[in-house]
Formats: sequence, C-alpha cells, structure tokens
Amino acid sequence: MSTLAVALTGNPNTGKSTIFNELTGAHQKIGNWPGVTVDKKVGYVNHNDRAISIVDLPGTYSVSARSPEEKIVIEYLMNNKLDLVMDVVDSSNLERNLFLTIQLLEQGVPLLIDLNMQDEAAARGIHVDMKKLEELLGMPVVETVGRSSKSTKKLLDVFTSTVMSQYHPSELVESHIENIRSIRESGKTAEAAEEAVIEARYALIDRIMAEAVTMDNAGLTKSEKIDRVLANGVLALPIFLAIMYGVFQITFEWIGQPLADMLDELINENFLEFATASLEGAGVAEWMVSLVTDGIISGVGAVLTFVPLIFVLFFCLSFLDGTGYMARIAFITDPIMCRCGLTGKGIMPLMMAHGCAVPAVMGARALDSEKDRMVSILVTPFLTCGAKLPIMALFAAMFFPEHAADVVFGMYIIGIVMAIVAAKILGATTFKDQGSTFLLELPPYRMPDMKTVMIETWDKGKGYLIKAGTIIFAASVLLWVMSNYNFSGPCEIDESILATLGGWMSKLFVFHGFATWEAGAALLSGIMAKETVVATMGVLYGAAEVSTEAEEAVEAAQTMLGTGMATSFTALSAFAFMVFSQLYTPCVTALGTIKKETNSWKWMGFSAVYMFAIAWVVSLIVYQGGKLMGF
Amino acid sequence: MTLKEGKTGMNLKIAAIEDSPLKNRLMTMGLIPGTKVTVLRSAPFGDPMAIRLRSYNLALRRSDAEKITVEAV
Repeated sequence: MSTLAVALTGNPNTGKSTIFNELTGAHQKIGNWPGVTVDKKVGYVNHNDRAISIVDLPGTYSVSARSPEEKIVIEYLMNNKLDLVMDVVDSSNLERNLFLTIQLLEQGVPLLIDLNMQDEAAARGIHVDMKKLEELLGMPVVETVGRSSKSTKKLLDVFTSTVMSQYHPSELVESHIENIRSIRESGKTAEAAEEAVIEARYALIDRIMAEAVTMDNAGLTKSEKIDRVLANGVLALPIFLAIMYGVFQITFEWIGQPLADMLDELINENFLEFATASLEGAGVAEWMVSLVTDGIISGVGAVLTFVPLIFVLFFCLSFLDGTGYMARIAFITDPIMCRCGLTGKGIMPLMMAHGCAVPAVMGARALDSEKDRMVSILVTPFLTCGAKLPIMALFAAMFFPEHAADVVFGMYIIGIVMAIVAAKILGATTFKDQGSTFLLELPPYRMPDMKTVMIETWDKGKGYLIKAGTIIFAASVLLWVMSNYNFSGPCEIDESILATLGGWMSKLFVFHGFATWEAGAALLSGIMAKETVVATMGVLYGAAEVSTEAEEAVEAAQTMLGTGMATSFTALSAFAFMVFSQLYTPCVTALGTIKKETNSWKWMGFSAVYMFAIAWVVSLIVYQGGKLMGF
Repeated sequence: MTLKEGKTGMNLKIAAIEDSPLKNRLMTMGLIPGTKVTVLRSAPFGDPMAIRLRSYNLALRRSDAEKITVEAV
C-alpha cells in the first residue's frame, strides 16, 4: 500500500507540535519551505503495516494568506493530494479555533477534527458534545488529552481507519459556503466583503457553540490566578528579573558552566594529548601535527566548549516558552521595549542573543511587522554573545584586576544601550513609514511537554554545532596557515601573512590606542568567529596555551601578563579595544543568517558595515575622551 | 467610549472597529461588533492591556484599542 499522507494544521498554542513530536518522535526532517524561512517539519511512522508521513504545518489563526505561514498552509493543502488533514483544536478555546476550521471547510478541505486538551477543558467546566459537533460540521471528530501519549498514539489507529471520502460537509456548512459566495458576489468593496465574510463565520461559530458546547462557570481559571501575580502591575517586573537571573545562574553557574568545564578538559587536555601523542607516534610530519593540534583541535575545541552553555540557555528559554510565560514576558516588557523602538515580542530573540546571535536573528521571525523584524535582526548582534564573553573576561582580568566583574558588566550594558540607540535610529529613519503593532494571545499556563522542549532546544542549538564543524574548522586551518606562512614559505609568526594583514587592519586604529598588528589580526580573525580573538591573541603573543573559557580568565590573564600583550595596551586602550570588540561586525555565521533571514545581500552588507562604523566611532570617543579626562 | 479607556474588570461589548490595516486581523481574532470582552489587566505603566474574549486572552496596545468603539454591558 502507498504511504498515507497526513497533514496537521491548527492554531498556535493548541498542542499541535506536541502531538506531532509524540507521533513521530525522532523520525523527523526539518527543512525550509521554498523561498521562505519557515520551518517545514515532516515525520515518518509505521503503523498497522502502513507507512505514514505526517507534515506539521505552521500554526496559524486563519488562512487569509496575510503572512508567509498562512500562505504556506493554504497552498500546501490546496496543491497536495493528502489522504487526511487533521485540524488540531484546543477544546478549551473552541470558539476562536473554529475560525480556521470553517475557513478550511470553505476551501473544500475535508478535515479530521481533533479536540485536544480535553483535560484542560473539563477542568474549566467546558463540555463539547462530539456527536453533535460531528453532525453540525459533517466531519469526523476525535479527542485527545494534552500530555497523554497514550491518547495521542490512538490517533494512528484513527489515521489508518478513517476514510475521508465518506464524509461530506453538513447542510449547515454548505449553506454557509453559499452565503459567503453571495456576499463576495454582492458587489461590495473587497474589504467590506471580507469583513462581512468574517462576521458570517463568527455567526456560524456562535451557532455551533450554542448547540454543541456547554460551559459551567467554574469561576477563575488557574491561569487567571497565576496571571494575577506574574503579569499584574509593578510586581511583574521584579519577578521577571528574578526568573531571568535564575536562567542565567543555571546557564553560567549551576549546570551549563560545569558541563562546559568538563568538556573543555576532555577536549583540550585529554584528547589533545592523545592526538599529539598518536600523531607523533605515527611519525607524522611536524607541521601536520601542529596544524591538527594547534590549529584544528584548539580552534574547534574552543567553540565546542561553548556548546553546553548555549544548549542549557536554549533549554531554559524553550521550557519557559512551553509554559506560556514567554507570552507574559512579552506583555509586561512591551512598554519598555516599545520606548526602546522595539516590541515586547522581541524580548525572546534579545535574550537568546546573549547566548548566540544566530538563533536570535532567526527568532525574529515571530515578530508581527516587517519593521519590528528588520530592526530586531539588525540590532541583536550588538549584544554580548557567549563568544564575546571570553574577550571581555580576559581583558578585564588583565587590565582591571580590581574591577573585572564591573567592567564585564559594563560591556553588557554598552551592548544593550547600543542596541537600543540603533533600534531608535533605525525606527526613526530607514523604517520610519512602517507601523508596529502588538497583538498577542496569552495562552493558558501549561506544563511543557519535555519531548517538545528537547526537540526545540536541539533545533535552535544545532546551528552552533554545525558552525563548529564547518566555519570554525575552516577558519582554524586558515588561521594556522596564515600565521605560519608567508608567500615565500614557512616563517615566524611576526613575518606571516596574518601579521601583514593585521598590520593593514591596525592602520584603522591609530587614534584608538591599539594600532598593533596583533590587535588588528585578532580583530580580523574575530569576524570569522569572536571566540578566535582570544585564541589569536594567545598565539600571536606567544603564550603557550590560553584558555578561551570565561571562567578561567584570571589564570589566562596571569599567563598573558607575562607576554608582550601587557605592554601593548594601556588600561584605556584595552577598554577601547573591548568596546570595539563588543560592537563591531558580527561573525560570518551571524552574517550568513542575516542574509538568509532578510533574503538580501544588501542588508547583510549594511549590517557588517554599519556595525563596524559604529564600533569604530564609539571606541574612538572612548579612547580620546578618556585621554582628555586624564586616564 | 473606546476600548482604550477600558479599566480592569469592565465588561464591554464591541460596537465598531475603525478602518485600519489592523481591522481585518482584529476581526479574524474574534473582535466582531457584538462580541463581549472583559478587561483583565494592564502591563506595568498601563500599556498594553489584556482582554478576555471568546474563551481566550488577548494582549493589545492601547493605541490599537483606541480604534475599537465599545459600550458598557
């Protein structure tokens, strides 16, 4: 028998993705829909000797083709021969969910309707008469309980046994379709007709609700009680800060960092020693050993040690998203974000940017308007990502040993302030004519489904792993070659290609106090990946081994103080260098993501150039201003 | 009055929505003339506001709420 083709559709926050993950488990393929940056998820499963392919369509409130997601849903359903389309509906929120259902029925898409979250609906005193609903719509109706994998697995039986061609829209639905056809043909303007159609849909929904749903007023819902604390008045903000503090503690103190330290030891000590010994033992040429150990293993290893931090941070954020709290964060921070030229919905990408700019740039997809999306994409790379942190930590420990933590904290603030200033300016100039809106559903609080949280964490974090395997690998090799060779052959590092390029680069920083070829080369390599700034400094100043771990910055600083680096910078020029590193051109991976998300080389180029220019100016002001003030 | 002036706890009924690019979206989300809404709360600094309608909760900015005319129930 041929593969059974199933598609899942439904509103956001209905548990649709959880059902998809539950049904398909790890057997999913995530790609992109052609031409747009919306994830396309396809999963495969075998049941009752039948191969089933399941497509998880993006969650949408309607299919009016307003957003790329809506376009994808309707085009996919219209252009593909599907055996079954299941509309996942939140039973506790049937009224609004039915809008999409009705719209799809109008388009002649036969639907299997899944009343999900039955437990939640029951707890809120909402009872849906399934038989009646089936009769009113003419389509089969099944039910599932939010987090119960047993009830979800039963869906597979339903998929293999339901024959959709047996079902036809009810008379009620047929007469609705007739009704909207006459509205569209009545000669009203397109807008007026569309509004009349929306009203007709809700009139039908009101009738269905009256006949098939009973509600006992159960008083305040649980979510309502929680919201009275978490999303109410002034108290909401300190609670939000406390929760964020918790997330950063988990990431940088309790779980993420200890894992990173273990991995660091494994790669940079155990594996490095093992690799060196085996290569030397095998009689491999000296330059080759150096390339593999000093070049590739240290370079890729430096990035890999950040992986636990990134994954733990994204796990926390995905978990919060799953509970419904992220929507509240957007709600309570919107007034502040709004004054900064951003929107409350942009808070999630901004928080992710403190881990890595790549998922932050991708996260901007969730924003409402083109303006909000572009501004968010262009300003997030100013923030202190996990890869900039080691630069700040090393310089702070070397040149401001008494106030290291304050200086690093200051760099975070400079990043945030610069992002706000840039958002303000971009909003008032380039994107002046575009409006910003904020329309957001506040879903009920729920215990997140761990499988879904894990899959989301992996989706967001895997880019970082890919980066380690591709860009960083190539950059490590390239850097090693450039620092060990010049055009006439192998050479000392201060005569290498890197030294020459760094020398050219440093001409830009004559008035910044760090016009050395070492600094120039380090910054140049930082465009490949910020992590390499510290690694390059270590190599260039001839330190045996410098840790790129922020936690070990003090030790690293001790090592580096013994080298020429200590005398190449003054406290002030070190500070100017830190400011520059904080603000300049994003790394190539981030730039590549910007190209992909904006679908424009122009915006990618703009991002690279304007950030460099801003960094150059701000750093210059810091240095010259500092000198005038006598530092 | 408009929804913008809605205070926490008020039960209101939508009378009309001013024409704007947002109107179609608001209607799709269930804000139709005749729909009952309850004002739930405001974010710190009073904006945006959260309302309950059609068994779900929606947050919107007061500047958008200004385009929605309501009457007391």
